Amino acid sequence: MRYSQARWTDDDERYEPLLSEKSTAEVSTDDGPLPDDLTRDSLELPDLSEPELARHYTRLSQMNYGVESGPFPLGSCTMKYNPSFTEDLAAPPAGAVHPDQPQRTTQGTLELLYRLQDYLGRIGGMDAVSLQPPAGAAGEFAGILVAQAYHEHNGEDRSEVVIPESAHGTNFASAAMAGYDVVSLASDEDGRVDLDALDAAVGEDTAALMLTNPNTLGLFERDIEEIADIVHDAGGLLYYDGANLNALLGRARPGDMGFDVMHYNVHKTFATPHGGGGPGAGPIGVTDELAPFLPTPQVAESGGGYEFAEPEHTIGKVHGFYGNWLVLLKAYAYIARLGDAGLTDASAKAVLNANYLAEGIDLDIPFGPFHHEFVASAGDRDAADFAKRMLDYGVHPPTTKWPEIVSEALMTEPTEVESKRTLDQLAEAFDAVAGEDDATLANAPESTAARRIDQVAAARDPCLSWHSLANE
Amino acid sequence: MSEQGSRGTPYAPHTAATTTEMLDAIGVDSEAALFDIPASVAFGGQFDIPERSERETRRHVESILGRNDDLTALLGRGHYDHYVPSVVDDLASRSEFLTSYTQYQPEIAQGFLQALFEYQSLLVELTGLGVANCSMYDAATALGEAATLSQRVRSVSGDRVLVPEHLREGKREVLGNYAAGPGVTVDTYPMADGNVDVDGLREAIGDDVAMVYAENPTVRGTIEERLGTVGELADAHDALFCLGTDPVALALLEEPATVGADVVVGDASSLGTGTAYGFGLGLFVTREEYLRQVPGRLVGAAEDTSDRRTYTLTLQTREQHIRRERATSNICTNQAWVALRTAMHAAWLGPDGLLDLAESCVTRARDLAAEVDEIRGVSAPVHDRHHFREFVARTDQPATAVRDDLAEEGYAVHAVGDHEIQICTTETTEHAVDDFVDALAEVAK
Repeated sequence: MRYSQARWTDDDERYEPLLSEKSTAEVSTDDGPLPDDLTRDSLELPDLSEPELARHYTRLSQMNYGVESGPFPLGSCTMKYNPSFTEDLAAPPAGAVHPDQPQRTTQGTLELLYRLQDYLGRIGGMDAVSLQPPAGAAGEFAGILVAQAYHEHNGEDRSEVVIPESAHGTNFASAAMAGYDVVSLASDEDGRVDLDALDAAVGEDTAALMLTNPNTLGLFERDIEEIADIVHDAGGLLYYDGANLNALLGRARPGDMGFDVMHYNVHKTFATPHGGGGPGAGPIGVTDELAPFLPTPQVAESGGGYEFAEPEHTIGKVHGFYGNWLVLLKAYAYIARLGDAGLTDASAKAVLNANYLAEGIDLDIPFGPFHHEFVASAGDRDAADFAKRMLDYGVHPPTTKWPEIVSEALMTEPTEVESKRTLDQLAEAFDAVAGEDDATLANAPESTAARRIDQVAAARDPCLSWHSLANE
Repeated sequence: MSEQGSRGTPYAPHTAATTTEMLDAIGVDSEAALFDIPASVAFGGQFDIPERSERETRRHVESILGRNDDLTALLGRGHYDHYVPSVVDDLASRSEFLTSYTQYQPEIAQGFLQALFEYQSLLVELTGLGVANCSMYDAATALGEAATLSQRVRSVSGDRVLVPEHLREGKREVLGNYAAGPGVTVDTYPMADGNVDVDGLREAIGDDVAMVYAENPTVRGTIEERLGTVGELADAHDALFCLGTDPVALALLEEPATVGADVVVGDASSLGTGTAYGFGLGLFVTREEYLRQVPGRLVGAAEDTSDRRTYTLTLQTREQHIRRERATSNICTNQAWVALRTAMHAAWLGPDGLLDLAESCVTRARDLAAEVDEIRGVSAPVHDRHHFREFVARTDQPATAVRDDLAEEGYAVHAVGDHEIQICTTETTEHAVDDFVDALAEVAK
């Protein structure tokens, strides 16, 4: 499989011009309805016709790559197909409700949120769910705040959160934002939590252990029950990072493994589109013990209808309103479409695909057995160069150089949506790149809209708007 | 049940035969054998969630949402409705945008990166400040991030944040949650006739204040008149001045840079998305000197090996995936696609259209307040100020009774005090305003 991305080139200096380089106009705020001292003087912005804009953004879209363009095996990101019908359901006016409307006039919205809380609880094995966090990291932050409130309510002052080194960077940042000291935990030689190290790391200061299972190497933490015991015996709570939940649907549930609090990445597991960086949604689930501390409000059933309820010891709000409603709506539709059989099959096929692909690639792939993802090593090649060359094969490359436990890591998650044929092509792309010389890799990509970009220079001399471009 | 006749996910292409082939290649005899899960924590797959066809799912979801009442919402207070042209939906829905990921491979993601660069540039133009990020989740979390920024900026000292007496409770709670980690407390300063009470602020502020927050327009719809003084007060105490606003208001109101704002936050989805139950887009703009302390993603211009200008995510060493617990924020997934829509809508309006829209927010509120003021039992606006989109009216009847009676008539307004309702109007409710005034006259007597 080879690929050639659209490349609109204006001249030797640039590709598609900026809106501001096409046409701008400046308008004055004089003669408006406000006194001059309350207004700005003037406003200068791009000034284009609708046909010109349509062409501008169509060209930009052609110089972009999504799941519908081709395979997107970006590890830990679960880039699966986003069903079209969910977009139709979320289109206005269905989702267009003002958050301050009286609750008795928004019974449909509340019922959908209630049902989603319920479905997510069943899927995670959790007793109560808050839909409010607007992304996975926001879910982590909310979940850690809930754990903090729980400990404080019990009169416990715990200052540390323990996190395996291989965890997502958000875990560390979320714990720190909540005011915790982070204790980093090394992996054992099998790539899993080292029980002795865990035993040594936890104690009376431990508020929680944040764990991803399967972890970022795609490995199930087989000792999860012992891990839970160690943490719980020390008085800590067990936090489940839901980034890799697509590996487990219908096979295991965080609640059954002893986790007390978890987040769900609905833009991963439940197929809502990632939109080039968001919006996502990061609902959290908790056990009964932690439910009184959830963000407010929860949606509760009441006399045949639905209403907001405030958890007794709520941490308050983590989003100005009720979270990323349109994303939650799409996630509900996806879950309702798949049901038990579909959800379980999604994980089965995601794990099948990852293992089949791993089998077909000639690179070294340490550790195992894998679930939804694996981490191959580019060996003596630079993983970043390796990834750039994969672009020429029409493949969005894996996550590179992380987790660091594998040298020159290529973290690969094909998801359930790829066919055997596509997986064979993916494996061929890996192997073809591995067989090419260093110069070819260093010069890649050649068939994307842009050639290799100098990111180091961009960071050295940041230019973040068309205003600073004009000043250069 | 499934139209495609399979019991399983309709979004995986496997046939029974290819599944078998793949299992053979791996060397196991079943999918179940691939799962390395101890029996003691294994789950049998019974969620009791029925499988539905696409048609059934649509009917199911549509019937649930159909239980919402069809109201004309004259509501605002931080979430606004403006008309979004079809071309925004059309272009933003292109799958290359919608189904893409964060631009970790910039060479294949130039389109989205350029659109985000244009979004950042739009905010730089509107605020006069040098650095806009790609987005935060919403106005409340952007405000929270501003408070944490105040703790990282060396020229600022103190661990108190001051917010106006009139503020959405939810926004204050979110701020409190973000501020608690670094040990910052949130205090209130008073308002006078809807706007910042500058004397009250002067009393409340001290050298232990790290940030002063004000909104323009305020949550009660008034337009601030002494923001320059607020900025000077903050500056005199080495505090950041954080201003909350939105891109429509910015097209007309005083430029944040000229009143001394250090950070501008707010909801930018009022352009591009419209009413969506509080689904928003946190704008975050600050001075260039705080560049390395900014939370969230930044797109910068770069060159490729053909020496052409390109775009890339930049200064990523601030971010969680590299800096981990020392990152400027935990944010990863943000609201990029909502920002794309905002940029598209702003570009569609152009400077004339955006300014016209902003001016209409002033005149519509003014005109409706004047009409409402004619009604017996109602006086408006309560605050002797200029207004933007919305205003507070005083009612002889209890405000909740007026609100509930109006809901019976098909109109939603806010009850914001014992005898105060708040009314928001934009071009999307233009057709309903006359009937609304009649309905209010009926229920307010």
